[in-house]
Amino acid sequence: MIERFSGLRNTVLLVSVFVIAGCGGGDGGGGDAGAADAAPAESPVDAATAGNVSGMVTFSGTAPMMAEINMGSEATCASKHSTTPTEEGFVGGENGGLANVFVYVKEGLESLSFPTPTAAVVLNQDGCVYRPHVLGAQVGQDITLRNSDGLLHNINASPTENRGFNVSQPVNMDTNRSFPVAEVMVPVRCDVHGWMMSYIGVLDHPYFAVSDSDGSVSLDGLPPGDYVIEAWHEQLGTMTSNVTVTTGGTAEISFEFTEAMAGSPVPMGEPIDLLHPDGHQAVDY
Amino acid sequence: MSVLQSSSPNGLSKKLRFSPQRVVLRALLLGASLLVVPGDLIAQVDGQAVYDQWCAGCHGEDGAGAGPAANTMLPRPRDFTLALYQVRTTSSGELPTDADILKVINEGMPGTAMPGWEEVLTEAERLALVDYLKTFSRFFQGDPPTPLDFGRATSGGEDAIARGEEVYQSVECWRCHGQEGRGDGESAPTLNDDTGFPIFAADLTENWRFNGGGEVEEIYRVLRTGLDGTPMATFSDIVDAGVITNEDLWSLAHYVRSLSPEEEPSVEEVVTAQLLTDTPLPQTVEDVVWEEAERFYVPLSGQIVVQPRWFNPRVDAVWVQAVHDGQELALLVSWGDPSESPDTLWTDFGGQVVTTMGSDDEGAATGSGTADQLVVQFPQQLSEGQERPYFLQGDTRNPTYTWTWQSDIAGAFESIARGMGTAARQPDSEQHVRATAQHADGQWKVLFVRPLDTGSAEDLALTAGQAVPMAFQAWDGDNGESGSQGAVSTWYFLVLGQPTPVAVYVAPPVALALTLLFGLLVVRQAQVGSGMWREPDATARAKRAAKRKQLAGMGVGVIWLGMAFGSYQNSRAGWEAGHADLGFWWAIIGGLLAIAGLGALIGTWIHTRTSK
Ligand SMILES: [Cu+2]
Repeated sequence: MIERFSGLRNTVLLVSVFVIAGCGGGDGGGGDAGAADAAPAESPVDAATAGNVSGMVTFSGTAPMMAEINMGSEATCASKHSTTPTEEGFVGGENGGLANVFVYVKEGLESLSFPTPTAAVVLNQDGCVYRPHVLGAQVGQDITLRNSDGLLHNINASPTENRGFNVSQPVNMDTNRSFPVAEVMVPVRCDVHGWMMSYIGVLDHPYFAVSDSDGSVSLDGLPPGDYVIEAWHEQLGTMTSNVTVTTGGTAEISFEFTEAMAGSPVPMGEPIDLLHPDGHQAVDY
Repeated sequence: MSVLQSSSPNGLSKKLRFSPQRVVLRALLLGASLLVVPGDLIAQVDGQAVYDQWCAGCHGEDGAGAGPAANTMLPRPRDFTLALYQVRTTSSGELPTDADILKVINEGMPGTAMPGWEEVLTEAERLALVDYLKTFSRFFQGDPPTPLDFGRATSGGEDAIARGEEVYQSVECWRCHGQEGRGDGESAPTLNDDTGFPIFAADLTENWRFNGGGEVEEIYRVLRTGLDGTPMATFSDIVDAGVITNEDLWSLAHYVRSLSPEEEPSVEEVVTAQLLTDTPLPQTVEDVVWEEAERFYVPLSGQIVVQPRWFNPRVDAVWVQAVHDGQELALLVSWGDPSESPDTLWTDFGGQVVTTMGSDDEGAATGSGTADQLVVQFPQQLSEGQERPYFLQGDTRNPTYTWTWQSDIAGAFESIARGMGTAARQPDSEQHVRATAQHADGQWKVLFVRPLDTGSAEDLALTAGQAVPMAFQAWDGDNGESGSQGAVSTWYFLVLGQPTPVAVYVAPPVALALTLLFGLLVVRQAQVGSGMWREPDATARAKRAAKRKQLAGMGVGVIWLGMAFGSYQNSRAGWEAGHADLGFWWAIIGGLLAIAGLGALIGTWIHTRTSK
């Protein structure tokens, strides 16, 4: 399950460390075996042959106007912005680039499994906006929810495949959570500040990225093979692209979102299948 | 033992909490039922059949919370397919325990359309329902959730409440719930639940309407678990992180509890306007008179008779206080309303409410942003036998006379109404009611003042001691309410306290003196009978004396009982005029007289029997 019992989990970890240490003291072989079990598996990817996917996400047409955020009485947050902040449902970049697009390998990695990274990813609340606005994390990876504003935020995650959470942070502090099931995307909102929205893409592999302000994006270190790459945008929906990664090569991708796609259905997790409640499978993104 | 720990204190209804024996008994029964019943009785109860009969109308046959009746409800019925349960003993995001689900089935959700089913369904049916509800979501196929350990409540008291108030400020509860807890915080107008419906921040001054219960242990539990699916987040993490201590969180629960009355207010049918004798009639809502004047609780509900109807009233009750000075009546009405409508910060919220309610009624509101409104309603004329006009502003045969206050105009005005929405304002020359209003910290206070007798035959004259029917209607413009779409009460009575009659002050000594005098006379009569007036025939003399004694004894008894009755009348008059001291002393005198009178009668009777 989602790590809500970080204290409990730490205790369990601590106990297992002691158990392992105890075994090690009495019988070196046993201790080593235990340590080997607990250690994450090596990455299944051969770095020597891995290739990359690289390209651009663009938008053509008239960019929607984003409303200015009235931070009103939130002077602490307002003072963190040099210009009036606007809502971030659509952030266009240089040369038609489209930012905040979550790009990830949707198909092609089914036969592999990947270790859970030990380092956390950070979702920072800074200036009453989420940084980053779109974020990727691996299944089970700690997501550090960080309050850098020193005033009340609540982090209200409403996933479909996972269980959600709603955490209060009235002061500067970190809180860790994670999701056990892959899901694109998990919406996160702050109820105190109605404009604060963020999306977290949860995957069981590390091949995901978010387009930057000029729309460029790359997925590095992919084993050679054929892949379906999907690009997800919170207002324009999704696009997919088939690519072939050759040994040591770089496959080009290009996602061109258009004005006409505004209002397209935006997938958010998967609907729960009521007719087949037993048929829930490991998510095959 | 584990059952006791896991089910207490939250699985227990509040009336049982204070009796340890019953708590243990209840826990054992609960444990027994959970352990024994499922294998035995549940097999015989079809949870789906129970659900389809009793629950599907609101929650839908598919459990998605969209049954035929759901459109008239806000908050919407729970969508069981999401497995998001507000009332839990588990961490934010965890599933509820079976006992958690059962608690809500048993007790309902106060302040929503969800009733309690403890008296309607058998225990086996309710347990079968718990199992059936869980089939709507695959999340329940995993391991059962582990309830949190809440420990014991701290002792509370003034220090805890004071500390709790500091915590309320420092963890910023006021951002949604407001400085005074009335759900008027600056973030309140933008709140949505997880399914995108507008949701109110709870009014913390009405703990009988809290989801999950209003007692300290229940408030603490909600602080620990949050209310999943709503903006109410968990505060467990800040305790884990050492931002505040667990004791601080308990203090916060004590403070929140202290914002509501000790007991859920009871509904009195009669609103008494106390007569002010040595204080001037209050002319403002802040007058000190209101701190002392009795508060009467008048619940309101949505107007769902006349079209267009309204199923989501914002104003769930008004508090009424009344005083008069023999010349004028002052009526103070207070109620919780987060905004001073029309308030642009709330316009979107009201629009969402209207959209969500999606009324098909002709003339239904299509947006929000009108003024707040309060109507005090009386019959235009008092009828013999207390027949009252139709409670929704009367009808053509039996009209009502109303005072209307609106947040967008100064003062108030009088009207005559012959049905909902037909109020016709009286001409300016015939306006006699004055009103002043104040909106502060999520509460309206509106003070009406009117001469008891306006001199106009169109206006209901108010007379001390007479019970006058009175009713209330309230609208929150920023909740999309106007016209017939608002909140209404049934009829109550307004009774003006009477001046204490002079007799009440003069009569006690007079009565005492008279009583004494009668006593003396009787004694004297008896003495006369026995010695001073001699009958030649001793037997006849004795008979005559006995007869005389008997008559005197009975006479005194009857007189004293009569006086006891008089005292009782005086006592009642005293109480009703607001002179509790006089009422009390007359009650004492009456009681003594009654005892003396009965004593005289019984004594005489016994004496007569024994002397025969
Ligand atoms: Cu926030």
